[in-house]
Amino acid sequence: MNTLVIAEHDNSSLKGATLNTIAAAGIVSGDVTMIIAGQDIGSVIEEAQTLDGVNKILKCDNEVYANAIAEDLTSLIIANSDGYSHIMAPSTTFGKNLMPRISAKLDSQQISDIISVESDDTFKRPIYAGSCIATVKSNDSVKVITVRSTAFDPVTTSNSGIEVIDIEAQSSLEISKFISEEIAKSDRPELTAANIVISGGRGMQSGDNFHLLDSIADKLGAAVGASRAAVDAGFVPNDYQVGQTGKIVAPDLYIAVGISGAIQHLAGMKDSKVIVAINKDEDAPIFQVADYGLVADLFNALPELEASL
Amino acid sequence: MKILVPIKRVVDYNVKVRPLSDNSNVDLNNVKMAVNPFCEIALEEAVRLKESGKATEVIAVSVGKTESQEQLRTALALGADRATLVESDSLLEPLGIAKVLHKIVENEKPDLIILGKQAIDGDNNQTGQMLAELLGYPQATNASEVILEDSSVKVTREIDGGLQTLELTIPAIVTTDLRLNEPRYASLPNIMKAKKKELNVMSTSELGVDVNPRTELLSVELPPSREAGVMVETIEDLVDKLKNEAKVIQ
Repeated sequence: MNTLVIAEHDNSSLKGATLNTIAAAGIVSGDVTMIIAGQDIGSVIEEAQTLDGVNKILKCDNEVYANAIAEDLTSLIIANSDGYSHIMAPSTTFGKNLMPRISAKLDSQQISDIISVESDDTFKRPIYAGSCIATVKSNDSVKVITVRSTAFDPVTTSNSGIEVIDIEAQSSLEISKFISEEIAKSDRPELTAANIVISGGRGMQSGDNFHLLDSIADKLGAAVGASRAAVDAGFVPNDYQVGQTGKIVAPDLYIAVGISGAIQHLAGMKDSKVIVAINKDEDAPIFQVADYGLVADLFNALPELEASL
Repeated sequence: MKILVPIKRVVDYNVKVRPLSDNSNVDLNNVKMAVNPFCEIALEEAVRLKESGKATEVIAVSVGKTESQEQLRTALALGADRATLVESDSLLEPLGIAKVLHKIVENEKPDLIILGKQAIDGDNNQTGQMLAELLGYPQATNASEVILEDSSVKVTREIDGGLQTLELTIPAIVTTDLRLNEPRYASLPNIMKAKKKELNVMSTSELGVDVNPRTELLSVELPPSREAGVMVETIEDLVDKLKNEAKVIQ
């Protein structure tokens, strides 16, 4: 048994969730091989060579993989999948986009978003927005898996000189063409990697009012998130969304402001170490999961909080 | 231009689902069922493409129990022209559903297939991508904008950290994110009209598709519960507790 982990990166550095995925792969029997495909990925390879728990790196540096087009990555992974009992990727938009294609090609029923490895063929995963946890056994010969990064601690980086093997690029299918990408530039940490997250809900009343959260986030070195209600109302872009259909976060401190606490939102943040809720409705369900609750009008509470930091 | 929209019958999103007392599965007895919200967004997009003159026909398809006809009637009331139910009593997995849809696509030959990015029951986020690979079609998941041309479709996708735009050769697969559109409600006259629209029923065995499950559900449990903490009276109190008790800020 051996596991192939598909690295997520932006051609200059590895995405953090890749390190959590290697940790999950390490629990399964056998060696861990990492496959890194992209364009001009020298710095990604160097970084990958420091990862503990990785035995070997497959490298494909080619323009076909510059934008991680799922159709083309699938052909490459399939061409290099012999001998692996498990194929894993992080359960990010990258992994969610790619893995089901690989799974269909291998005629294997993918196991999405695992939160634990019980044995080589049995895994736990949340269903129904995390209302329940299912224990699932796979009977397919190759297990195709996406890993929820918040459930596994990232591997450490004290390794060096892991063997790198160049693999051949496959020709592009040329059915999907990359046009453009707009990645929000921010000095703040990424939502899924931040130690502190402060999120706003419908109670924020407008997108402009999110500046109240921004200034607190700047003081705390926090990321800013939002509930689906706030995204639906058009206050902030969808990449702010924490919850069942957005991002899953588990920071040391999660501050929920003007968020009622629908199950779909809790699904994305209830594994945070400390949860603070600020809401003017004392019956809001968010208080049932909060370690510290404050019933207050957020338009008074937020400036006061900023001033006290 | 023909558009196919797969529709899934799921537990209504307001229902808090619990395990059965023997932990063998979730308890779905007497719970309200509905069209998966992301499928509604997919259907809305297809209907709008038809209304704008870019598409000529919208076909809804579902794979599941007989009762899924209710959700297909809803789809017909929302603007689908006709519907097909592929009936199966088995516990269906995304791969099995994708294989059934593969057969339907071979028969119907749609130019565009729009699906929800995930169903809110299993939260798998797999079917659209699996279908795309089985067909050898391009895919754009998590769509927030779809611009349909004669031989291609330009799709803006919601990705971690921002947006990505792809141009796919048609036929293609698109899966919908939240902000693609706001689905309409079915009007009473349209609900009445939907009763007369064509709804075909066939079985998975008629299509010759093996939908036997590949995984076994060993147990379903509640997640560890989180205890409610304490209420604080003031911001000063809160900051003090975060600094000195929880030690999460300095």
